Amino acid sequence: MEGLISLAVKAIFVENLALSFFLGMCTFIAVSKKISTAIGLGISVMVVQAITVPTNNLLLTYLLKPGALAWAGFPDVDLTFLGLISYIGVIAAMVQILEMALDKYFPPLYNALGIFLPLITVNCAILGGSLFMVERDYNFAEAATYGVSSGFGWALAIVAMAGVREKLKYSDVPDGLQGLGITFITAGLMAMAFMSFSGVKL
Amino acid sequence: MAQKRRELLLDPLVDNNPITLQVLGICSALAVTSSLKVAFVMALAVTFVTAFSSLFISILRSQIPNSIRIIVQMVIIASLVILVDQVLKAYAFEISKTLSVFVGLIITNCIVMGRAEAFAMSNPPGAAFLDGIGNGLGYGLILMLVGFIRELFGSGSLFGVTILETVNNGGWYVPNGMLLLPPSAFFVIGLLIWGFRTWKPAQVEDREFKIQTVEGH
Repeated sequence: MEGLISLAVKAIFVENLALSFFLGMCTFIAVSKKISTAIGLGISVMVVQAITVPTNNLLLTYLLKPGALAWAGFPDVDLTFLGLISYIGVIAAMVQILEMALDKYFPPLYNALGIFLPLITVNCAILGGSLFMVERDYNFAEAATYGVSSGFGWALAIVAMAGVREKLKYSDVPDGLQGLGITFITAGLMAMAFMSFSGVKL
Repeated sequence: MAQKRRELLLDPLVDNNPITLQVLGICSALAVTSSLKVAFVMALAVTFVTAFSSLFISILRSQIPNSIRIIVQMVIIASLVILVDQVLKAYAFEISKTLSVFVGLIITNCIVMGRAEAFAMSNPPGAAFLDGIGNGLGYGLILMLVGFIRELFGSGSLFGVTILETVNNGGWYVPNGMLLLPPSAFFVIGLLIWGFRTWKPAQVEDREFKIQTVEGH
């Protein structure tokens, strides 16, 4: 249990997907102009991440790993090279299912989050989360924790960024830096701030 | 026709650069640029994937039903990325370890998807292929520039060859460790964008708010 908590804290602050691995940067920069949209997108990422990382973990354990197909009578088969294509397939399918389910059962939520869901399929934070899960050999419980907390960390970062940008638009920025340039520099400063967590030993 | 081809290939380098202007594919641009060698391999990989995915998607464009086009594009891109990943693992294992998840993340690199959606779906294969190469090179250009700055000033070397002798090895250059850390990538790209836009003022974004100038005090 302690291990899981420290894993969660690490995934939220120390190894923040957006600010220390630069994942999901395209959406991070493009959709962080307003706090309300940033919150919507942040929550969607968190939900999708919480579903896909554990699902991909099951997929890896029972289908792809060397020897994983022993239950089907193929103990020598190693399908890890199919990993990338299966993870992205799972992500695309999950996003689609989530979209349909929200549309049918929670229309208000769908109206709020609907436009972000297609964007999420190509958000590298989602695929990145699954790939880190594979690389670090998480078991199912760890994968579930990692999914929720890394999604939360990403959401935290984009909401903070949107807050800064809402204030920033009233400031007098040099012409060439206007828009994208100053956003990058702000993100750099935020990344530096988040680096101060890296001293935290858990 | 030759004119148009040149434009397709060279336009994305500066005038319509995918990173500094279209804000595509930034994730990997930031993460893999702490050394020039890794940035170079990454640039090659992305150029390869963008060029061939554009080519194949353009060949198939009239056969792909509109409603499932994203999935079809994904499958094509993912297959190409698996190819790159396996080749890197076989012939450049060290580099593939350093790139870690970022090879896999080429799949979700918005440049690849972006070009497939915006260009390859509506243009003939030859043009789409050139457009893919052009955008891959435009991405590579920024990657190499950032990698150059970060490696030269962060560890005093280029492609692992020492250029500025660092103090630790008895030289004179005190390396700026900050440049090897993640946040510096944001600063370097931000400043690059500033430079690009000062050079080409047409790329400057409009302000949402104007600071009022007060006159007659």
